[in-house]
Parts: sequence; C-alpha cells; structure tokens
Amino acid sequence: MFIRKAALVSLPVAVALLAAGCGGGGGSTASSDNSDGTVTIYETEPQNPLTPGNINDAGGIKALDELWAGLVGYDPDTAKPYNLMADSITSSDAKVYDIKIKQGWKFHDGTTVKAKNFVDAWNYAAYGPNAQLNADFFSQIQGFSDVHPEDAKAQPTAKTMSGLKVLGDYEFQVTLSAPFSVFPTKIGYEGFDPMPDSFFTDPAGFAKKPIGNGPMKFVSQTANQDIKLTRFDGYQGQDAVHFKDLDLKIYSDLDTAYSDLQSGQLDFMEFMPPAALVGDKYKTDLQGRNLDAGLIDIDAVALPSYVPGYDNLDLRRAISLAIDRDTIIKQVLNNAYTPATSFFSAHLDGNTPNSCTYCKFDPTQAKALFAKSGFTGKLTIASNSDGGHKEAMTAICNSIAKTLGVPCDFVPQASFGQFRSMITSHQATGMVRSDWGADYPSIEDFLNPIFKTGASSNDAVYSNPKVDALLTQADSTADKDAAVKLYQQAEKLVEADLPKIPLWNEKGTGGYSSRLSAAKLSWKRQPDVSSFRLAPTS
Amino acid sequence: MGRYVLRRLLQLIPVFLGTTFIIYTLVWAIPVDPFAGKCGQRPCPPAYVAAMRAKFNLDDNLFVQYVKYLGRLFTGDFGQTFSGTDVSTLIANAYPITVRLAVVALVIEALVGMTAGVLTGLRKNGFADNLVLVATLMLISLPVFVTGYILRGLFGTPRGTSFVDLIVPGIVLGSLSMAYVSRLTRTSIAENRRADFVRTAIAKGLPTSRVVGVHLLRNSVIPVITFLGTDLGALMGGAIVTEGVFNIRGIGGLVFTNIQQQQGVVVTGVVTLLVLVYLVMSLVVDLLYAVLDPRIRYE
Repeated sequence: MFIRKAALVSLPVAVALLAAGCGGGGGSTASSDNSDGTVTIYETEPQNPLTPGNINDAGGIKALDELWAGLVGYDPDTAKPYNLMADSITSSDAKVYDIKIKQGWKFHDGTTVKAKNFVDAWNYAAYGPNAQLNADFFSQIQGFSDVHPEDAKAQPTAKTMSGLKVLGDYEFQVTLSAPFSVFPTKIGYEGFDPMPDSFFTDPAGFAKKPIGNGPMKFVSQTANQDIKLTRFDGYQGQDAVHFKDLDLKIYSDLDTAYSDLQSGQLDFMEFMPPAALVGDKYKTDLQGRNLDAGLIDIDAVALPSYVPGYDNLDLRRAISLAIDRDTIIKQVLNNAYTPATSFFSAHLDGNTPNSCTYCKFDPTQAKALFAKSGFTGKLTIASNSDGGHKEAMTAICNSIAKTLGVPCDFVPQASFGQFRSMITSHQATGMVRSDWGADYPSIEDFLNPIFKTGASSNDAVYSNPKVDALLTQADSTADKDAAVKLYQQAEKLVEADLPKIPLWNEKGTGGYSSRLSAAKLSWKRQPDVSSFRLAPTS
Repeated sequence: MGRYVLRRLLQLIPVFLGTTFIIYTLVWAIPVDPFAGKCGQRPCPPAYVAAMRAKFNLDDNLFVQYVKYLGRLFTGDFGQTFSGTDVSTLIANAYPITVRLAVVALVIEALVGMTAGVLTGLRKNGFADNLVLVATLMLISLPVFVTGYILRGLFGTPRGTSFVDLIVPGIVLGSLSMAYVSRLTRTSIAENRRADFVRTAIAKGLPTSRVVGVHLLRNSVIPVITFLGTDLGALMGGAIVTEGVFNIRGIGGLVFTNIQQQQGVVVTGVVTLLVLVYLVMSLVVDLLYAVLDPRIRYE
C-alpha cells in the first residue's frame, strides 16, 4: 500500500524530468543526464562517530541517512512510513512483532544483510556499558532493563535483550514489555539500522570507515571539514540516488553557506539564514529554487507545575490567550512559522486543527480570566538567548504584558546546556521555552515523551492519571485508527489542563542551487537526497 | 647568543605550564555540565553520561584532572573530543590551512605595506602620501567582516586551501596590518632620511637605489619587523572572523566552536600550541634584531 503511494509521488518527478529533456529517471548511464556528477550539500560537524546507535545530531543523521537504510523509510512528501528493508511487519497484539526483511540486500562490504544484523545492532546499542546515545530508543523491548539498568553504576545482568529473537536468516521477532502500536513507525529512526558483522569485532575502527547498507557508501571523513560519500551500485531500495558523489561540506556560518548556494559552489541547504528570510528575500535570490519542508515539530512554552502560582488554570489560559501569535510571526519571526492550533504538528495524521481552543489571541477573554485567576507578581520566560530565541521570547512577553497588564521578563540563559539542566533539575522560576521536533512522524511522539508522568521531556512536570491511562490504552491498541482516536482524546485532556502553551510550528525553508533541477526537504529538516536531480549541462 | 637562546627557551617551560593550567581551569570552570544539552530536549542516557564523565575524568577534582591531562600530553597524546576524534587529528587538519592563510596575509601586508611606506616616506606630503594616508585610514576604520563580506560577494569563498585559493581571504586578514605597516615604515623612513649615515652615503656618491634599499631601509625596518613578527604570531592563532566569512576550516574556528561546546581538551590543546607558537615567534623576532642591527647584541 505504501509502495503504491510512493510510485504515485514519483510520477510528477518523472514528468518534470521528461519535460526538462533529461531522458528519464534512474538507471540511465547517458552522460547528458549528469548521473555521474557530484552534489555538494550543507553540513554541520557530526557530534559522534558515524554509527547509528550513537548519533542523534542533525549533522550526523544527514550522513547516516545515506549510509544506512532502515526497516522503514518515510515518504519525503507525506512523511508516511513505508517498508524499506522490511518485507513485512506484522503483529496481532501490538506486543509481539514478527519482522521479515527483504532478501538480497548487501552491506557495502559485500556481506548480506540478515535478521541477525538487526538483532545484534539493537542489542549492542541498548547494552549499558556500550554507552550509546540512542540506548533509550530500545527501552520498550522486553529485557531492556536487564542490559541497561536505570542506575548507571549498576552492572547489567544480561548482554542481550530477551525480547529479540532471530527466527531465520531473514526473519526476527520483537517482543515488547508492553504493547506499543506505533512501533512499526518508530523503527524508521536511524538508531534501529542494522550493523555488519565487522562492526562488532572492532567498533572504534569501524567508526573510522563505516559500512552501511544504504544508497551511498563511505569514502572519507576529514574532521571539521567534510564527509565524502559515493553511490552504492548494489543498492536495492527505492530511495537510490541519481548522481555519483555526495560531498557533505561543513560550514560554521549560514550566511557564508548561503552565498555559496547562490554562486553554485554549494547545492543544497536545509536552512536559510535569517537575513535571507526577511521579506522573503530568499525566494527572489534563489529564483524559485526554495523549498518548504513541512517540518513535524512544535514550539511551545511550558509552565512548570512546581512554580508557585502556575498551578492555576485560569492563569495558564489567560497567558495563552494573551499571545498574539500572528503578529509575532509576521514581525519577529520573518513568517517562517505558522500559528499552532493544536498540540501536534499540522502535517501529522491524526492532527485536528483548532483542537487547542485557547491557542488564539483574545485580549478580552484573556483579561477576564486573568482577573479571575487573582495572580499577582511577575511572569518570566526563560530560554537560551542564541538562535533567535531571545527575540521571539521577548515578543511573547511583551504581548502578554501588554494584554494582561502584568510585568513579564525574558530570562536569558548563557547556553542551551545551562538552560536544559535548569529544566531537568526542576529549578525554573517561571515559564520555559519548550520546543519539540519529532523523532518519527506520529502524534504519539508528541504525547508520550512530553505529557506522560515522569516522561523524559516533560518540561512542565505535568501529571494527570487520566492522560497516562489513555496513553497506555492507545499504545496497546493494535488498530491504527482506534489508537489515533485514543491519542486524540488524550490531547483533549491535555488541552483542558494546558500545562504547555503551543505557540507555532516551524515551516522549515531550504533551497538548492541552479546546478540541481529537483530537490526535496524532508519533515525532519534533512535533504531527501534520492529526489536530487542534476540539471543538464548545456 | 647561544646562552641567550637557551635562557629564552627555558623560560618557555613555566609559561607553558602556567598557560595550560589557566586555560584548563577556565574551560572546566564553566558551571554547566557539557552533557546537559547534548541530547536536545531529552536528557542523555545516564549510562552514556557516566561513561563519558569517566573517560574525561570529569569526576576527579580539577588538579587531578589537570595532572592526568598533562601526563598524556607529555606522551604526545592530545586527547580526544567527546565524539572520539583525536585532537591531534583536528589540529593536523586545521593548522596547515591557518599557517598558509597567515603566510599569505603576512606576505601581502609586508609587500604592499612596506612599498607604500617607503614611497610615502621618501616623498612626504606629496600626492601619493595623501592618497596612502586616506587609504590606510579607510582600511583601519573598516571592520574586518565588512571587507570580508564585500570581497566574498565579489570573489566567492575559496574552492580549496592552496596559497592561491587563500589570496582573497589573505587580503582581508592582512588589510588592517597592511595599513599599520605602511604607517610605521613611512614614519621610520622619514626619520632616518635625515640621519648622518644616510647623508654620508649620499655624499659618497652612492646611487639612490643603494642608499634607500640598503642603508635607509635596513635601518628603518626594525620596528616594522617587530610588528610583523608579533602579527604573524597573532595570525597563526587563527582568525575567527575571516575564517568564518570564507568558511576556511582553520584553527580560529576550531577554538571558537569548541569553547561553545565546552570541549576543554580541544581548547587546551590548541591554545597551548598557539602560546608556544607565539613565544617562539617573539624569540625569532628578537634574534632578527641582532642580524639587522649590529649594535644590538645578546649576551
């Protein structure tokens, strides 16, 4: 079903290519379609060695997405998951999953991708002493607590998770500790990629020359300068690339990268520098080669429940109604965002527009609710001040202060690290900026990590037993549509309590150079390299 | 002379120990856990944080950490970044580029600056003198990033890291010092033009080129050499702004990003190296004095 959809999507691309006289899509070796050319894209230095278990930064993921192919891929236009390496993922109870993988896929070193490559990779990433950044992604698998005790000092009692079982060369079984219906979507995350046997004998050496199973293979990495990849001709997936070499060039300055993009020295950027966003300048600069991502994210401010006075529903509602989102987006945020009207991203299946009834600007009602709340004192919003956050948060404060007649201050934090440690140690003294970008495209990812009691990113320290119960019920509902309905009910309960105030969703703008004739930007703000087509050279 | 050099070299040791300790302390004194914001909106897995803290001795007290670091440094191990890259690799990648850029900038500023200085010094208050005066004033008052953005707009960013590729960034980087060099040379030449040895040389009937080129220039160039020497030391410390504007992956940007990420090992390693370079450069400049002016002797 997913494959058919993807085929429909690729149709316009093919038409466009024919119209441009390129002589059709992949497989052609004629030199006129530039299929042996090099593409250079914007990159930031990866924060860890290039292995799926240990990469969670955007720069690293960009390289991983080409080097590896997971069980599940996401459609570049709709963000819907489709089976990439998986042949089928089946479950009757959302607890035990039977995963069959496609045969004939190879790693770049020529070895066949088998079920055990997945199982071994997951066990390695989850094992506590291996200290992998993505270990928590495996926490739902049965036996995780044995290999990864919650206390970092405790010794694990097992080396492998009991919930993973190899059933054959091309089939394995995953048993979760509790039912989780979104698991087939979640395993598209890069941390779930398979690892070749050579990785396990020498992980450190492997990281210097990673071997994956994706559309491109590793050529070289020069720390702090660039990463070079080249097309893997044995690749079987539908997201193969249509050029030969990919050069991921590391930039420390967006403006510099942007000037290179205009001159054709750089071919793709998933960010636009703020100066180019002013008055939509980038659209004229790039002559229509700009891209909208439809990012799956939400920006919000959390009202930590432990802050005195914030335990007042009328106050929280009054604050939300006092924020003039439209004007702030227009005047401060260069129109790079759309006002949030729900707790999800507008691009997600299951999102109901306007489900957040208090996410609008209504000064009269705001004033009335604020008077009713009886709040006295000062409001504050804390955030790290870099990356344009200072301007946005100050604008929100001004909007609140103007509407409610209450003093509101922006509290700057020196760095993101300092800001986050203030939140995780529950030492905020007012509202805090609390943004969220999805790990995988599902409304579940906007609820469980944020609103469940004790969840990893529950910045508001929100706890509602009814919400917890509904989320657990939704997780264990195998039927997708029924699960979505339950998640939506949970959103309604959250909306009634308003522990976090949704602000806006970022659009995500990027662009490509005149050397390319087609390119796409994905929902997680990454280039969709398989959609890149080099423009014919005249 | 030999004893002087030896004494100067021995002075490097306490300076080296002092600077490394101060830098190490300053970086680790930033009151934030470097792993607090590393995993975005969610906290990093405790097992990861614990392993990293152990690997980088973050749970020892500062002095123990420093001694451990120094011990590894003496075995030639600059340590690793949080991402497992050897700091020595980072330096080996970035430093040749920075040195090339510094040399290009130095050559440009020395050639252009000294030529302009000699011309204007010989013909004070002429047209050329006024022209250079206005031009240098402009260069001094323009911030580096302005010249940088203008030239980047005209020529783009360098496509490689060879000497030729780095000429445009070199002009930007050297423009300010170029102005100082021309002013310094001009003053020095103008002063020495009336000196006894110049008049003697002219009276002996020497050709003008020899009077200016050998007698006048050699004796006027000492303050300029001092300036160029320390300037090369500063240039080799990397140029954060110029490197950023032209996306040159040199040492300046490396230090800057690693201060932001609190990678103390990288910052300490690189800055220690820079301190050494600076000290050696100033020693070389001091020794050059003796070569240029026989009146200066080191005992």
